[in-house]
Amino acid sequence: MNSKTTETEAPVAAIRKAGRHVSQNEGLIFEKSAPGKRGMQLPPLDVPAVDPAKALGPEFARDSVEGFPEVSEIEVIRHFTRLSTWNYAIDLGMYPLGSCTMKYNPRVNEFVARLDGLASEHPQQPAGVSQGCLRILHDLQKCLLTITGMDAATLQPAAGAQGELTGLLIIRAYLSSKGNPRKIVLIPDSAHGTNPASVVIAGYDVQNIKSNERGQIDVDRLREFVTPDTAALMLTNPSTLGVFEQHIAEIADILHERGALVYMDGANMNALAGVTRPGDFGVDVMHLNLHKTFSTPHGGGGPGAGPVLVKKFLEPFLPVPVVVQRENGQFALENHRPQSIGRVRAYCGNFGVLLRALAYTLAYGAGIRQATEDAVLNANYIRKHLEESFDLPYSLPSMHEVVFSDARQKKFGVNTMDIAKRLIDYGFHPYTTAFPLIVPGAMMIEPTESESREECDLFIDAMRSIAAEAETNPELVKTAPHCTRVGRLDEVAAARKPVLRWKP
Amino acid sequence: MRYLPKSPSERREMLAAIGARSVEKLFESIPEKFRLHEPLPLPGPLSEMEIIAYFQARAAENARGYTSFLGAGVYPHLRSVVTDALVQRGEFLTSYTPYQAEISQGTLTAIFEFQTLMCQLTGQEVANASMYDGSTALTEAVLMAERLAGRHRVLIARSVHPEYRQVLATYARNLGLEIEEIGFTESGQLDRAALAPERLAAACAVVVQSPNFFGILENIPALADAAHSGDALLITSIAEPISLGIVRPPAEADIVAMEGQAFGVPPSYGGPYVGVVATRDKFVRQMPGRLAGQTTDAAGRRGFVLTLATREQHIRREKATSNICTNEALYALTATIHLCLLGKEGIRELAAQNLSKARFAQAELEKIPGVRRVFSGPTFNEFTLEFPRSVKLINAALLREKIIGPFALGTHYPELTKRAVVCVTETMPRPEIERMAAAVRRILETPI
Repeated sequence: MNSKTTETEAPVAAIRKAGRHVSQNEGLIFEKSAPGKRGMQLPPLDVPAVDPAKALGPEFARDSVEGFPEVSEIEVIRHFTRLSTWNYAIDLGMYPLGSCTMKYNPRVNEFVARLDGLASEHPQQPAGVSQGCLRILHDLQKCLLTITGMDAATLQPAAGAQGELTGLLIIRAYLSSKGNPRKIVLIPDSAHGTNPASVVIAGYDVQNIKSNERGQIDVDRLREFVTPDTAALMLTNPSTLGVFEQHIAEIADILHERGALVYMDGANMNALAGVTRPGDFGVDVMHLNLHKTFSTPHGGGGPGAGPVLVKKFLEPFLPVPVVVQRENGQFALENHRPQSIGRVRAYCGNFGVLLRALAYTLAYGAGIRQATEDAVLNANYIRKHLEESFDLPYSLPSMHEVVFSDARQKKFGVNTMDIAKRLIDYGFHPYTTAFPLIVPGAMMIEPTESESREECDLFIDAMRSIAAEAETNPELVKTAPHCTRVGRLDEVAAARKPVLRWKP
Repeated sequence: MRYLPKSPSERREMLAAIGARSVEKLFESIPEKFRLHEPLPLPGPLSEMEIIAYFQARAAENARGYTSFLGAGVYPHLRSVVTDALVQRGEFLTSYTPYQAEISQGTLTAIFEFQTLMCQLTGQEVANASMYDGSTALTEAVLMAERLAGRHRVLIARSVHPEYRQVLATYARNLGLEIEEIGFTESGQLDRAALAPERLAAACAVVVQSPNFFGILENIPALADAAHSGDALLITSIAEPISLGIVRPPAEADIVAMEGQAFGVPPSYGGPYVGVVATRDKFVRQMPGRLAGQTTDAAGRRGFVLTLATREQHIRREKATSNICTNEALYALTATIHLCLLGKEGIRELAAQNLSKARFAQAELEKIPGVRRVFSGPTFNEFTLEFPRSVKLINAALLREKIIGPFALGTHYPELTKRAVVCVTETMPRPEIERMAAAVRRILETPI
């Protein structure tokens, strides 16, 4: 069946959220180029002009940048505006991507990040004329420590994965200072892929540990796994199943008794903020993803920020520089920390992301608990209404996300990816597919607190309708999406003969 | 709370639908002793107006209204208002990583354009979708060279940005990667005589920066020849890529690690910026980071997807080429829009203006008795000067005149005390250059 016929058969009436409208075709910017056009005019030079060819000589001078586009301002505006309309976005609707926490990105955060005096500041300028920036960093650290119950922080890591690496390097430096860095980091099989990748860069070996039949860490088996070679356990809590580790205190005790540490991946902090603090349940090191829990925009893949928070005994090992407040009230960057792991990124990290996260935190204050409650409420509301239509492989109480599987739809030849793609026709971004790895055919749904009941209801209707389609018209689901500019793209061809740049 | 779209009665109804008597029921899986019962002592909640007031107060505590001669890896450049207007479209700003290609063609097309622009600028064959910044891009380039060459030693020029070298050292420490630093000559360029055959034979790569931390352009073809003579790769780091408008691209390098901040990204006290790794086609499968590639759908329509993902952590886990996941996509888009606006003529004119302004400033400063140029190599928009007294003292005096002085080299290079790197871009008005030169002259004429 080709996509044209399925399209006409699609039960359009069932799709309540989205309608069709015309979008503009647009080529690549290079295809619009013509010699002599330009989109930006520079002010005239107010010093004598130097000829680059003469000043640099033939060894160093370049004639021109071959292939560079030549387009006018209006063409640039239309080009990127047209491209933008081909994207789905939070501003258009719900993003039920499990583990990604795609929540509303407040616009005031964008406004303050662009203020003259903040966006304009150079990272190497003297501390005396950077007090505003340093105070922002200091205030954010205080907020994050309050929310997590930890003792000290670094804001330098540029994203969650770099936060993981930083935390592991801190663990390594601490254990080394005790005489033995140890060899192994334990990772549950439900973990994010960045966890094992970061462990390797920190110079450790990964040992995967199988979850028990409830999707939780098997405490008895953990006891066997933790040896004098174990440096740490890297744990996501709530787990990627959206379930809180019931035996977290016991787990932490097992590690601590044998001199190993507990690292918490804070990717799922949106389930915990204001409700419980990792610092209270035995976590020694953790990172946060400010582009998840703290609302900074994902921007089509980044930027992020991955602050690392530690217990007091690990403070000497934090990356340099450390933001400190002197006795006279002045803020400064301290570079002299003999036990520090060193730098993980130039300057003080993604300052512009950090200040947006502070703006978010200030907007809520202690009310951040309400956001957490609403996020958990939405996930459980969706779970309740989809339990009859989809298989729920682990039945423990959900927090901010719920993981179904495609087991029932598989019988009709429809898998999680098909259902996800069909959601697009209903006006939603797909949920997370095929993750966590412990759930075959996983459908991981995280609505966040940003969704109204109405949007949740539309999503539930869409999912139920697709479940029905999977039984009555599986082809329709398997060939979805039908309403997008392009259909499913040939990823195999893309990887076999990569075309990674435009050529004339 | 204005960000939360539920009324109290909707919350109650939703709880009832779930069958939970209260919201506390939803958190019962958290052991009781770990549940908070008091509100967290956080500042706020603040209204939008109060948030703006807080940040405006912080902005006033910074260097607003100061004139700065700092470069050293971060460069102020003109930006068109068009860039921010486009980048702030919600469809770009608030979209996720484009794994779902059918509804991410906007982002994917722009990444493909970004990769193309980076190749055109650097003379390389393939560029990735972005890294965190220049420092981590360089580190990833070195780890890539280590995989390619199978050697565990890297020769890095001391004239590479000191903070980039520090980041590399942090990563290298636990990976068995040895770092050997190579000095510079009176030209300010890498000391090629130090690239002896026995040194090269053990090295996976030679790493230089161009323009380097002293503002000096390196001779890339000659360095590539030297590195290749010992079967080592040449990695070129670029912190000021506007130079590529008039400077020969590092096409002979095997890997280019770039900081793209100068392409329309504000300094923003250190980030977010946009790193890039570019290389030869034959090395693409050892590259870190995401890549967008062209393909078609069943109907033959052109489209773009994230590709060669088997290099990445979400597929390969501990065997991935890097742990990077989130990158700097929005700033890759910023750079793309900015470079499209500038275009072929604009990037050249912009680079030439930087050269002209810097040369003018250099001549003005060299007229001051006791101030002289340190290195003889060719420069772009930064140059190193020696002063007859401590740069710290001079800069402290300049600060009183609302001038942020040049970057003092003494902290990172003990042999280069009294030397500083001056940066002058197209944003610096001539009268400010003259005011700074006059101030330095006056400061040096004042007895200590």
